[in-house]
Amino acid sequence: MAIVTTPKKACAVNPLKMSQPIGGAFAFMGLRGAMPLLHGSQGCTSFGLTLFVRHFKEAVPLQTTAMSEVATVLGGYENVEQAILNIYNRAKPEIIGICSTGVTETNGDDVDGYIKLIREQHPQLAKFPLVFVSTPDFKDAFQDGWGKTVACMVEVLVESPAGGAERDAARVNVLPGCHLTPGDLDELRTILEDFGLKPSFLPDLAGSLDGHIPDEFTPTTIGGIGVDEVAGMGRSSCTIAIGEQMRWAAEAMQAKTGVPFRLFERLCGLIPNDEFIAFLSDISGRPVPAKYRRQRGQLADAMLDAHFHVGGRKLAIGAEPDLLFDLSSMLHEMGAQVTAAVTTTQSPVLERIGTNEVLIGDLEDLEELARTRNCDLLITHSHGRQAAARLKIPFYRAGFPMFDRIGAGHQLSVGYRGTRDVIFDIANLVIADREENHQPTPDSWRTSRQPLKPSRRSFIASTEESIA
Amino acid sequence: MSSLSATIQNIFNEPGCAKNANKSDAERNKGCTKQVQPGGAAGGCAFDGAKIALQPFTDVAHLVHGPIACEGNSWDNRGAASSGASIWRTGLTTDMNETDIVFGGEKRLYKAIKEIINKYNPSAIFVYQTCVPAMIGDDINAVCKAASQKLGKPVIPVNSPGFVGSKNLGNKLAGEALLEHVIGTHEPDYTTPYDINLIGEYNLSGELWQVKPLLDELGIRILSCISGDGKYREVASSHRARAAMMVCSKAMISVARKMEERYGIPFFEGSFYGIQDSSDSLRQIARLLVERGAPSELIERTEAVIAREEAGAWAAIEPYKPRFAGKRALLITGGVKSWSVVAALQEAGLELVGTSVKKSTKQDKERIKELMGQDAHMIEDMTPREIYKMLKDAKADIMLSGGKSQFVALKAAMPWLDINQERCHAYMGYLGMVKLVEEIDKALFNPMWEQLRRPVPWEEVAKNRQTKVMAQMDAQAAEVAADPETTRRAKKVCFCKEVDLGTLEDAIRSHGLTSVEAVRQHTNAFGGCCKRRIEDILAKMPVSSPPAMLQAAE
Repeated sequence: MAIVTTPKKACAVNPLKMSQPIGGAFAFMGLRGAMPLLHGSQGCTSFGLTLFVRHFKEAVPLQTTAMSEVATVLGGYENVEQAILNIYNRAKPEIIGICSTGVTETNGDDVDGYIKLIREQHPQLAKFPLVFVSTPDFKDAFQDGWGKTVACMVEVLVESPAGGAERDAARVNVLPGCHLTPGDLDELRTILEDFGLKPSFLPDLAGSLDGHIPDEFTPTTIGGIGVDEVAGMGRSSCTIAIGEQMRWAAEAMQAKTGVPFRLFERLCGLIPNDEFIAFLSDISGRPVPAKYRRQRGQLADAMLDAHFHVGGRKLAIGAEPDLLFDLSSMLHEMGAQVTAAVTTTQSPVLERIGTNEVLIGDLEDLEELARTRNCDLLITHSHGRQAAARLKIPFYRAGFPMFDRIGAGHQLSVGYRGTRDVIFDIANLVIADREENHQPTPDSWRTSRQPLKPSRRSFIASTEESIA
Repeated sequence: MSSLSATIQNIFNEPGCAKNANKSDAERNKGCTKQVQPGGAAGGCAFDGAKIALQPFTDVAHLVHGPIACEGNSWDNRGAASSGASIWRTGLTTDMNETDIVFGGEKRLYKAIKEIINKYNPSAIFVYQTCVPAMIGDDINAVCKAASQKLGKPVIPVNSPGFVGSKNLGNKLAGEALLEHVIGTHEPDYTTPYDINLIGEYNLSGELWQVKPLLDELGIRILSCISGDGKYREVASSHRARAAMMVCSKAMISVARKMEERYGIPFFEGSFYGIQDSSDSLRQIARLLVERGAPSELIERTEAVIAREEAGAWAAIEPYKPRFAGKRALLITGGVKSWSVVAALQEAGLELVGTSVKKSTKQDKERIKELMGQDAHMIEDMTPREIYKMLKDAKADIMLSGGKSQFVALKAAMPWLDINQERCHAYMGYLGMVKLVEEIDKALFNPMWEQLRRPVPWEEVAKNRQTKVMAQMDAQAAEVAADPETTRRAKKVCFCKEVDLGTLEDAIRSHGLTSVEAVRQHTNAFGGCCKRRIEDILAKMPVSSPPAMLQAAE
């Protein structure tokens, strides 16, 4: 449906995109006792760190190999070695996850080779879990870094089950995309457990960045999935991947362990959740608990109540591909027109978004499109706040980072209940905007009336297409 | 134009820096940035520092030449405030991709500059160099020079790739860029004997505006503030100021010293944090201006304002004294603030249990001793773990620090207040200090703390119950362990229907069942997954007629 285009600008203005290495580091934060390490200069780490701290309002473990100018020229072996030893001795982590950056990819450091040498030089590290992912800043985006890192974790940490070993029918692997919050993961855990399933989330941000207060101070992650549990994921009966970005990881899991996977591109919206719940009922052999029948009813009712407000809204949305696909499809299915869509990186889901064009661009592009196409609802991460103020249209914050509001880690969008909440939040924004900014005056009917534009017709056509 | 390494060497030789002056030649050559340790470092890079120092110039477009990480991960992340222009908050980057790395990014940079001028027409463009283009040899000085000439706009190169050093070095490199390319390139429309420069003041949370009204009242004009709420024209013409104040920071000392050297502008190092400090700084400004030819009555007027403001501030703090009696504060911050805030907190009745001196100079430490006594608890370096323990053991009632250590306090359920750059409240001047005391009061006496520190009642209930259940389970386990057959039969076959092996065997034996379907009819074990397991059990069981049928046959 949609054509994916890239604008020919030399200067990105108000970037939507964030870099791949911090997406990778973010994935490592879902492992217990982990210390993510960026192989680059100090700033690579400190910018990412600040961003995570502002988003989650939590202490975030993230270290640097502190590449200096000289080290960059001579190669970073010593920096990687020292960093690993220092972290190993001081922070006593259970795993160190290393992501490369633009600096160390430009000079071509062979970190896999370094790790091999370091293991030889330091016998105490011979068996210690070290995972390296190549994530140059000058390629791809945040969600790619996350996806690649989880795939690497599967390749390095998951053990191939011994021949003939019995699978645990109740155990299920869940590979969530980076667009899911700790709150989403908790919701999924509850749903799976209600079907009698025992889920293992890789990564599990709900264990580490949900804001719980640990008993002891620790410099590494305060929770998440343990390395031992990851190792045993090959004994699960199936893998559920959420978001197209997790296809690599799911395929890696299948290739290594033979565990079959089912990829759910979206978990926000009525139909995707019907499919999800049906799948869970099928694999567990259990009927759908009454709780979810009720929640489905509540969502249906929310859709009925909200469609008056959401229907016909012209949506401008900027997000990473999987989140963009998820939210824009849900709103499209509620009758909103996806009028401007901007994303950060290529993905197979983009062309199936219910709009004519998806731009791989920045927030300036989004703002400009929203202005020229008279959009009246903006959805993007917190960096959209300046654009929202200038456009004077309702602004729903979604995605990472969300630094100017609290509770980012618990914003829920999956499941019947999560979808219901998102719909209420967005509809309420629209209602508030109408009350504050669009009260009718004796003249407003004659002046603000706009004739139907061709774009509207094409929307109707595209809606019909999608229904068909 | 000097090379980057020569500039850095030059910075390390700063004679205005007291710390540097005490060093031997060999030490000085090593430079003053501590070698950062891989895996044990925190803090920003030189690019970060340069951007922090210059971004508060509000009518300038700040263009970052590098891959997406440098700007994409960091833009719009500081709370400086602007009284007008907003272009400074716009994130601009060349977002270099793989092709640029291979073929060089200079052309893209030039095009980006052109695009910005066409779209936004800012007063000037500052171009920040980052690690990757520095590695591949992009010559931003040349591009900026060409762009300035062709496009007729000041395009200023800020040569501060992240890997050359720390944030502090970046601050200094930013200063060098101003000295080399900006300061003295313009003449002010008019001058007065009351013109000053503020150097190293970033107007975070708009705190400069807590002090500016006092200067306005005295007729003192801020000709240029480097860089809080600053304008390009102002800093370009800042060489005509009569005096300068270097605010609360050694980071910009080379700017202050070189402006004194080149343009004869005397400066002093002062701070507007704390009541006493604010008064001292106002006096110094007046003194310097009078020395440079301003009418001497300025000093009397300044004293009058100081007296009025001090009286007002002390009166506003007075009511807090009884509330703060016996409350202890821990101060973890750097440099001047390690003592400048102390006086005000003490005046408000707080007891200081410690202050960090990691970034403080010898003079700073002397001042701390003056204020807190000879046995002042000066903390050289404290790990987060130690701070956590100190707070957990209730050796302090509140911690004041920068944002980085906030969770150490908050997770120990202890009040905490941000007094560094990310804070959302402004604490400058007399007003600011009163505000700080107010905020401490709010934090200390929030009824939330008591609720959070209460032990959870159901933990106790659960513990009692658990002990009972454990005892029961032990007894059962002992019974089961005695009989291996019970254990064997108790093994779950169908996990969803909770059917165990014993039930199935009994059913098969008593009814003489031979097929999976028959077993399912007689037990609960229907569903999809257990077919194979039931087949296994059937295969293992001896094929025999059930006793009941045998009896009937007889």
